[in-house]
Amino acid sequence: MSDSKRILVLGATSAIAEHWARGRAEAGDSLLLVGRSKDKLDPIATDLTARGAKSVDVFVTDLAELEDQDGRFAKMVEMLGGPDIVLLAYGELGDQARSQTDAAFLRRVLVNNFTSAAIWAELAAGELERRGRGSLVVLSSVAGDRGRRIGYSYGAAKGGLTRYAEGLAHRFAGSNVHVLCVKPGPVDTPMTAHMEKGGPLWSTPGKVAVDIEAAIAKRRVVIYTPWFWWGIMMIIRHLPRIIFNKMNI
Amino acid sequence: MSGPATDIPVIADDAVESWGRVHRGRHQVAIPRSPEQIPVAVSASSALSGSTLAFGLGRAYGDSPLNLGGGLVKTTGMDRFLAFDRATGLLRAEAGVSLDALLRVAVPSGWFVPVTPGSKFVTLAGAVANDVHGKNHHGVGCFGRHVRQFGLWRSDRGALVCGPEENPDLFAATIGGLGLTGIIQWVEVQLAPIGSAEMDVETERFDSLADFFALSEEDAEWPYTVAWVDTLASGENLGRGVFSRGRHAADGARRPHKPGGPRVPVTPPGFLLNRWTVGAFNQLYYRKPGSSFRGRQHYDPFFYPLDRIRNWNRLYGPHGFYQWQCVVPPEDARTVIAELLGRIVLSGEASFLAVLKTFGDIASPGLLSFPMAGPTLALDFPNRGLRTLALLDALDRVVVEAGGRIYPAKDGRMASATFQSGFSNWRELEALRDPLLISSFWRRVTGIDSAPSGEA
Repeated sequence: MSDSKRILVLGATSAIAEHWARGRAEAGDSLLLVGRSKDKLDPIATDLTARGAKSVDVFVTDLAELEDQDGRFAKMVEMLGGPDIVLLAYGELGDQARSQTDAAFLRRVLVNNFTSAAIWAELAAGELERRGRGSLVVLSSVAGDRGRRIGYSYGAAKGGLTRYAEGLAHRFAGSNVHVLCVKPGPVDTPMTAHMEKGGPLWSTPGKVAVDIEAAIAKRRVVIYTPWFWWGIMMIIRHLPRIIFNKMNI
Repeated sequence: MSGPATDIPVIADDAVESWGRVHRGRHQVAIPRSPEQIPVAVSASSALSGSTLAFGLGRAYGDSPLNLGGGLVKTTGMDRFLAFDRATGLLRAEAGVSLDALLRVAVPSGWFVPVTPGSKFVTLAGAVANDVHGKNHHGVGCFGRHVRQFGLWRSDRGALVCGPEENPDLFAATIGGLGLTGIIQWVEVQLAPIGSAEMDVETERFDSLADFFALSEEDAEWPYTVAWVDTLASGENLGRGVFSRGRHAADGARRPHKPGGPRVPVTPPGFLLNRWTVGAFNQLYYRKPGSSFRGRQHYDPFFYPLDRIRNWNRLYGPHGFYQWQCVVPPEDARTVIAELLGRIVLSGEASFLAVLKTFGDIASPGLLSFPMAGPTLALDFPNRGLRTLALLDALDRVVVEAGGRIYPAKDGRMASATFQSGFSNWRELEALRDPLLISSFWRRVTGIDSAPSGEA
């Protein structure tokens, strides 16, 4: 296909990333799947190939590892060719209580969700800038919108990532390089399998993937998914402290 | 990140329901994300009750997909494709892949699901377990006839590959086996070639049952045929309806269906669908200009008109509805179908969706497959308690007397004698049942109340 794109997925075993990649595979794109575990990447590659991807390769590396990020990124670009879309999707849900007593664990939450992620985002943005076009999609979270007692370690890391994406979007405004920050609410994925689900606030990886695809097409800068989280977080961000402090959120 | 395979959480869900929304209740639910996690999901979900059952997209209408008070293994997390040969149309995918997903992948390269039920929101494993049929049964038989092999995990034997040559007894028992023989891991199916995503379609009115049977014979050359029947028309109009036939167009765009569609936001009161509103609808549908139509139509509205409203089952109100589908042998079929329709008219219960079709004589490899040669009538009735149940029992008696049977995937109330008369070989399936798997349906129609033997 002539309009086949090259897609780099950082954190390809994330359920949201996998569902989004399915749509790209069905459109006939070439994909490079990056993640820590070959055993988990291989079945996804098989699935995407069967769905119609032009080509699917896997690159096994620990994205949370800070060592030699630029060298590894260059290898990815070499394998795939210059990417048209980069999805940054890896992350790890924090455990707030443990973060408060276990400094090594807190460091992991911050490095996984912010430090390493921001560096990958910068490397990807630089590559898109060199090519003069393309989209960088950063998966953040509604949890980053306000520091809250039940999850501020994860929230702060995602909040930092949101700021980073915002800065990149500002830098590339008016150019052909597009930066999108995605803020999902709670999503029913293996990452949240231990939580009680149900209720209207929970979404699915498939629905989030559809929203991401639409936002790329419209070159949006920030989206909440599902959309109503925009309203919820608007209220939570603006709640007066006297009320906010009484809430266990 | 998903944890190790030993770490599948089990959620107690009080409101798992089947599509008719009459049967609903508590299950211990585990969701494997890959076939490798099935053993853990089975043991985790069955830990409390000693039993579990695979559950897909929940489109079966009655109690066959449920294991009330027991465990469920939700298969929709196993939704990856494993192989698709676009040259031959041979496709292998995990149990929870839906026909919706399959068509999206297959149609652009010129392949279609060989047999489809009236919804694309069913899983491959569900299509096998119920040996689903479609409008093309007279030409190509059931879904199971197009299944080349599948993977089955049993709590007593582990993972097995089943096909006509390998484990043929389990292959036959699993096709139409209502999920009782093991948890299906993956399915390999031969797709059917198409030249276009569009269908050449014709519909025409018929004024009586005799005309329906005449059309069924005349139009057997068409790959897809089905009729809608006005269940409120009586006297000389008895059995009137609209006959529709279709075939895949020879050429044209191979655009798959679009996702989405509106949902019913709340459950409306049940009285919305009554004999007067249904009567008005039927009158309009029968009279509308479109009831005599020739033209092209995308496969989505042709096969799946109800999928356009994702949870149309809610339209029947809080008490839900009963589906009922029978097949009767060709001998005396005309008088039997007339008697069934006559009883419905007399009862005053209105069936919104009444579908009549003639099954062909192509045998299924399935042991307990529902279809057999003869006309099949499918109905649905809002649940109005004993009145509705009494009518369905009366209809059952007519079917049993004629030597017919009732479709388990749509049943939640038939007497065990009715089931055992329609499926006299049910003990062969019971002998091959996985000792840890059972459904509310199977308990009800067989009287077997396992806590199965063996370890739990």
